[in-house]
Amino acid sequence: MSTIEVEHASRWYGNVVAVNDVTMDVGPGVTGLLGPNGAGKSTLLHMMSGFLEPSIGAVRVDRRPTWHDHDLYRTIGLVPERDAVYGYLTGWQLTLASARLHGLPDPEEAARRALATVELTDAQDRRIDTYSKGMRQRAKVAAALVHEPEVLLLDEPFNGMDPRQRLHMMDLVRTMGAEGRTVLFSSHILEEVERVAEHIQVIIAGRLAASGDFREIRRLMTDRPHVFTIRSSDDRRLATALIADRSTTGIEVGEDGLRVHAADFGRFTWLVPQVSRDLAVRVREVRPADESLESVFSYLVTP
Amino acid sequence: MNGVVAGITLRGMLGRRRALLLVLLPATLLVLAVTITAFGRADEPVTAALLHQYGLATLLPLITLVVTTGVLGTEIDDGSIVFLLSKPIPRPVIVQTKLAVAIGLTTVFAAVPVLVGGLIMVGGADGLAVGFGIGALAGVVAYSAIFLLINVVTRHAVVAGLLYALVWESLIGGFVPGARELSVQQWALSLANWFMSSTFAASDVAPLAALGLLAAATIGATVLAGQRLRSLRIAGES
Repeated sequence: MSTIEVEHASRWYGNVVAVNDVTMDVGPGVTGLLGPNGAGKSTLLHMMSGFLEPSIGAVRVDRRPTWHDHDLYRTIGLVPERDAVYGYLTGWQLTLASARLHGLPDPEEAARRALATVELTDAQDRRIDTYSKGMRQRAKVAAALVHEPEVLLLDEPFNGMDPRQRLHMMDLVRTMGAEGRTVLFSSHILEEVERVAEHIQVIIAGRLAASGDFREIRRLMTDRPHVFTIRSSDDRRLATALIADRSTTGIEVGEDGLRVHAADFGRFTWLVPQVSRDLAVRVREVRPADESLESVFSYLVTP
Repeated sequence: MNGVVAGITLRGMLGRRRALLLVLLPATLLVLAVTITAFGRADEPVTAALLHQYGLATLLPLITLVVTTGVLGTEIDDGSIVFLLSKPIPRPVIVQTKLAVAIGLTTVFAAVPVLVGGLIMVGGADGLAVGFGIGALAGVVAYSAIFLLINVVTRHAVVAGLLYALVWESLIGGFVPGARELSVQQWALSLANWFMSSTFAASDVAPLAALGLLAAATIGATVLAGQRLRSLRIAGES
């Protein structure tokens, strides 16, 4: 059972603050590090994996500072975001090299086991530069898993994968968490985190914006006020009917249709088809106006 | 030294188009040596000029630059070095291993061709070929350590290395005698001169001083590269 501790850690590059006074504990199970691009997720992950020194504060794994400690890698496995890996090696050679560099007593057996875990055994004798993006990612995971680390850090592990590869990687991450490892992965996609993580740490503009159980935070995200743009065959009649319902808090009528503020997301999505059918108004478009990840996150910061 | 790191490094070097460059440059030297000999012009002054100007001053730094960029610089640039850095091995060991591989390769593709070129042209006469061979060997060791350090310090290692070898050593060193004191090329030439009785390979640097400077540069650069790699920061998304 290993724990990652981040204590008032900040990291800046010149005048740019990438991570700002973040404190968090990451324990066993799967934790998702969620935030928009450029929020500081990778910087935080690099500090946790010993590749960056915090400008101030502390980052520790099992109470040992991560910076300047190569023995740390006996405890952690790292799957970096960048795709660069030795393309001239086969999956087997890469995983075996990893096992040998860890000084494992039976590197061949460890490599076999790791490749079987990521289901890459059939392709293990092919050069990595012939692999698909998903296979390369799995090869990196096999190399990171070969010494059965207590802590596994994955930087945007689902990036660039097709849906099938993504599902497989999600299963793998869930399994590793269920085995009692401390698994932390970063992502900028809410649905990825929702499907895999039990715990969530939300990073926005370098700060920790939300932290804790995923379901609770997801509910906050869903229940927040939503703004929709609606275009229909008769906008004014539709507006009159919608504003009569308590789920709607405001409507602006414009040239391009209606801009509707909904307080109750669930009821509103039920209401629109009901009303349009009753009034015989044809709804041409319903579009969320504020569904960008940034707007969802900013709601969490300033509820 | 770490055998696994050495194996991966060597495999990466020999399996690429870079290998073609490693063969072309020394092959040119050997073709020149054979051609000059075939035309009956391979006397000591010509041989010394070729081995110095093409061998020590051009072949050595270029081959070493290609090799050191291949064994370390490219991995730092594309991020694949993270594979090695995230293993429980001291980072100075990674540098020392990569240096050993670089020295091995540059010996084969630069120092040995200098020796063979000399032997083709003048045989064992006055120890000229052997002297240049020893000088070249010392040169590739020092160049490898220095260029490895440059590869850890800057992402523009090729430009920095070329500036050092071609501008500082060859251009400025050609006009400013003081610059030759800080020149691997001159240190290697001085050592070469020490091991031959021929007088056609004079250097401004005394042999013992050259030996000391070669050793200091090699050890210093290796230690520093190990320290820098230990603190190598992988940039975040910002």
